[in-house]
Amino acid sequence: MSATLLLRRIAAALLLLWLVVTLTFVLVRLAPGDPAAFLVSPGASAADAARTRAELGLDRSMPLQYARWLGATLRGDLGMSFATGQPVSRVLREAAPVSLLLGGTSLLLTFLVGVPLGMLQAAKRNRLTDRVLTVMTTSVYAAPSFWLALALVAVFTYGAATLGLPRALRLPAFGLHTPGVSLSGWAGVLDVARHAVLPVAILAAVGAAGIARYTRSSVADVLRLDFVRTARAKGVTSRRIFLRHVLANILAPLVVLFALSLPGLLAGSIFVESVFAWPGLGRATLNAILARDYPVVMGATVFYAIAVIFANLAAELALPLVDPRRESA
Amino acid sequence: MSGVNRPETTDSTLRWAVALLAALTLACVLVPMFSRHDPLAIGDVLSLRLLPPFSRDASGHLHLLGTDRFGRDLFVRMMLAGRISLAVGVVGSVLAAALGTFLGAIAAWRRGWLDRALMAIADAMLSVPRLVLLLVCAALWQPGLTTVVVVLVATGWMGVARMIRAEVLGVAAQPYVSAAVALGARSWRVLWQHALPNALGPAIVATTLGVGNAILLESGLSFLGLGIQPPRPSWGNMIAGGRDLIVTAPWVALAPGFALILTVLAATLIGDSLRDRLAGERGKLRRDIAERA
Repeated sequence: MSATLLLRRIAAALLLLWLVVTLTFVLVRLAPGDPAAFLVSPGASAADAARTRAELGLDRSMPLQYARWLGATLRGDLGMSFATGQPVSRVLREAAPVSLLLGGTSLLLTFLVGVPLGMLQAAKRNRLTDRVLTVMTTSVYAAPSFWLALALVAVFTYGAATLGLPRALRLPAFGLHTPGVSLSGWAGVLDVARHAVLPVAILAAVGAAGIARYTRSSVADVLRLDFVRTARAKGVTSRRIFLRHVLANILAPLVVLFALSLPGLLAGSIFVESVFAWPGLGRATLNAILARDYPVVMGATVFYAIAVIFANLAAELALPLVDPRRESA
Repeated sequence: MSGVNRPETTDSTLRWAVALLAALTLACVLVPMFSRHDPLAIGDVLSLRLLPPFSRDASGHLHLLGTDRFGRDLFVRMMLAGRISLAVGVVGSVLAAALGTFLGAIAAWRRGWLDRALMAIADAMLSVPRLVLLLVCAALWQPGLTTVVVVLVATGWMGVARMIRAEVLGVAAQPYVSAAVALGARSWRVLWQHALPNALGPAIVATTLGVGNAILLESGLSFLGLGIQPPRPSWGNMIAGGRDLIVTAPWVALAPGFALILTVLAATLIGDSLRDRLAGERGKLRRDIAERA
């Protein structure tokens, strides 16, 4: 890929980011309702509310508010949270590692489980194995993550003792650590890992179900191609056809899928973090939306948009590497 | 090699999925009509509340899925909720697809700045997770049935618009469109008579797959308290209502989820099946053209 093309792609990504940011600003400010009303005490007078609005800069004209906010954002200053008074960047920075742990582990598992599952289904297409797996993956795909969360909590946290599950399967459901005890070293890691099992399992299961559905149809498309028939005619074993020819041909769609699965993962984490009380970005975003904490909502949206746009850009740049036929594109 | 020419999803899957969806819809319509339990009225709370599934109350009435914290029959409530969830899913998805078809067709037909502006907005909206967009919109406006549908439509048109645009651009390059224009057909007539019917197949598939998605999103919003408001039941707010009972009466939260999963499963299988048929037909068509050439 030439340097000019690379620069053009990056410029397009930045333009898109600006558009997202502007649309968010318009959307948030168009909405009825006054954030100052949430901040002043219930008995406050109209003058108090007006003073709060002035302090937050909400009394200026819309274009001026936009210009100030955009300028500050470009300097990396996302403003102060209306609700807590903390800088938005600090709110996001504190929440991000939790979500990164949750999202990164789930994303890894999603691909490690989803791709082989989809390949297995394609290999056994329309036989019993495939049909059973199709109904299973589609059901998981059809289940809301918050419902899965409640169901797993009902079984593994509250039902564990009644159902006589072994001690290792009695899993904690809330928070990141066991409250009230400070564990260090491996004990601490183990504690976090035990707390992570249920949330990670849910995000990974929902993600893997989607990836398996996609891999199945991609692999089925490749299996129909002439070179696979030729390879079979030459006597190449099924295993080699799968591991060498098919995998090489679905690598490109998988790279695209990696970028595409990011929004779903971020969205899933909103529910999962909210049910499991994980102090991550999803929960921070949800709380900010519910409290009309404009700066945090907009900061989080900018963060999500950066993640999605640059994941797409990375996928686009990686495509020629995994699929040389796309060099010209 | 065996199975090369077999369709992706066999017809039996489609038949089962359609039957399942029809049965669920019928149950949602009929059960609340003919049941002796009123799904909204609160009666003798103390004797009726939180009965487990398959139990009978003091007067001998069977509660198939038990009762909730106010002693209301869960099965009848679930079916009543199904009416709303299904309606929101279908209406939200169909209207979003209609808006997407309209905007996509306009973009492809007009080209120029309108095309660029619409596609830029679509791209921008696609780079924020749809749930975040939905939450922001739903939280900022008055929550309720209308808001949910409006918000589903406003955040659901982009995929269909992109697809229809590509289809119409492809059709516009076909010789028969030039022929129609040469014969003096007006621009909108060419679009309506020639371009759109050819682009409709993918739009129908996207709508069908969108129904499941819309039902899931509605349930998510309602679960967070930003969607359908109680006492009007929806599957999402019923699950939310049972959330704090998960220790003592898990069926209150879990039962509505099964209805939801079955519905979304059926809608998704139908969409998959239609998509595979369409892909098969198109593939066949392309082969026919290639062989003739």
